Amino acid sequence: MQTPLDPVDLARLSLKDALLDVVEFRGETTLVVDPQRIVEVCQFFRDTEGLEYIFLSDITAVDYFPKEPRFALCYHLYSMVYTRRLRLKVYLPGDDPRLPSVTSVWKSADWEEREAYDMMGIVFEGHPSLRRILMPPDWEGHPQRKDYPLGYEQVQFSFNFDEVNRLKPYAKE
Amino acid sequence: MSERPLLQKSGHSANLTEWEGTVQELQGLVSPRALSGETMLLNMGPQHPSTHGVLRLLLELDGETVVSCVPDIGYLHTGIEKNMESKTYEQAITMTDRMDYLNPMGNNLVYCLAIEKLAELDVPERAQIVRVLLAELTRINSHLVWLGTHCLDLGAMSVFLYAMREREMILDIFEMVSGQRMMSTYFRPGGLWRDVPDEFIPAVKAFIDYFPAKVEEYETLLVNNPLWIDRTQGIGVITPEDAIAYGCTGPTLRGSGVNWDIRKAMPYMGYETYQFDVPLGEHGDVYDRFYIRMQEFKESVRIIRQAVERLEKTKGPFRSQNRKYVPPPRSELGRSMEAVIHHFKLWTEGFSLPEGEVYVSIESPRGELSCYLSSDGGTRPHRVHFRTPSFVHTMGAIPKMSEGGMIADLVGVIGSVDIVLGDCDR
Repeated sequence: MQTPLDPVDLARLSLKDALLDVVEFRGETTLVVDPQRIVEVCQFFRDTEGLEYIFLSDITAVDYFPKEPRFALCYHLYSMVYTRRLRLKVYLPGDDPRLPSVTSVWKSADWEEREAYDMMGIVFEGHPSLRRILMPPDWEGHPQRKDYPLGYEQVQFSFNFDEVNRLKPYAKE
Repeated sequence: MSERPLLQKSGHSANLTEWEGTVQELQGLVSPRALSGETMLLNMGPQHPSTHGVLRLLLELDGETVVSCVPDIGYLHTGIEKNMESKTYEQAITMTDRMDYLNPMGNNLVYCLAIEKLAELDVPERAQIVRVLLAELTRINSHLVWLGTHCLDLGAMSVFLYAMREREMILDIFEMVSGQRMMSTYFRPGGLWRDVPDEFIPAVKAFIDYFPAKVEEYETLLVNNPLWIDRTQGIGVITPEDAIAYGCTGPTLRGSGVNWDIRKAMPYMGYETYQFDVPLGEHGDVYDRFYIRMQEFKESVRIIRQAVERLEKTKGPFRSQNRKYVPPPRSELGRSMEAVIHHFKLWTEGFSLPEGEVYVSIESPRGELSCYLSSDGGTRPHRVHFRTPSFVHTMGAIPKMSEGGMIADLVGVIGSVDIVLGDCDR
């Protein structure tokens, strides 16, 4: 086993302008990277000796509405050799958020990206089959977005169903 | 009877546009052979009893051999992550129970750990011990349901009845501490909802004295049973490289011989101070995954035994005394104005967490269960995301293990991966 290397130093050295920011918070390291070069960055962290983040735990999409850039994606990587975690973060604009898919790097990115597409409407270019995963195929809108209303059932004190339906918050527009 | 024109006209040409739409949807999912009718497409689920809930698998079959398997999930999607954003941090704990209904304590634990990490909140030692104890009881509880249903799927009826009998004892313990058998919501940020009652330790002791003999009984029924071996050995094999690439965790990964248990690799709640082993398989088949879980019963009992010893010696508070996050006990309200203010604030507005994001993972009975929690400084979570093992296993491991096998073995594969659809769809 090679000695573990510091991901931040190595990223500064090798990735140069693809690395935008480094955040340390509660003992977790977050590297903010350029969304268009995410595949190259992920390959670097997976294959470099001394880092070897071979396991992709999770991809989380976050909506910072109404701030801009609106969306963020967090890639949670795990290195089984050195038992440590790393978070890669990319920011995406509110209108037409899209970036390359990392399914070529980790197979498990497939369904994580489908979930991010389904819930947040982020488009992954080069994904083999970008379909909805949790919601029905004909669903409109992306439910996890902040401007998508939370539906609820009104307590029915009335049997006037027209009135009940009128008050229900549907995602109409 | 004129309501059904599609079937009354001849063949698929009756409604060509609809059929073309279906073909377009299927292209890319199944091979061209299926569309020409050479292989057969079959829906397994969402009402199939061996899919452990509402999982639908679109199978492409060549005779009885599975050519490809496309999972379709979302039938149990309840929008838990979205709902949590509209509740205060403490209210949202009740939603985590309902994700993985066989592992309620584990879900509470990962969410509370995320809050505690973000708030830098201390957890007293007594609370940590009770948490470990209950988390391991939950593991046994979950594995018992897995064992029962897995055997039921493969045709062994009696194990199910035995497993449910033992599970009842655990549910009684849960009811004793939290008032609820399944949806306990017992872990709270900073500790526990209340201290464990006096009869808790005797009940747990009675269980751990009783249970190991029962595990031996299950083993005599299954481990050397030629019928069981025929149905499980060499079935649903996944290599260690594939298991890592497809995101497998927990017993599914360890069945292939990869030594990764989060309790050992990145300990939480003081797991590093307990003595236990991580059982490993080597073949990555259904039998190895089964055998690992049988060993995990014993390891969990070992941990519980140590935790009970420590709990008897450890007195002290069961919840953090940090009044910015933890409501004061009733007795303080009559004496202190400050306590009244805290009480009022915490039960109306809730506490607020500093701005930032954390990612916490624990070893659930199924694998890595992680919680991503992002706060914008308010009293409600800005974004909560759960990385659930069932989701990853359903989408990745099940198709990978089943392709090329027989359709009858698919039932064994689904059982051996131990998915819970509530965990999968959230």
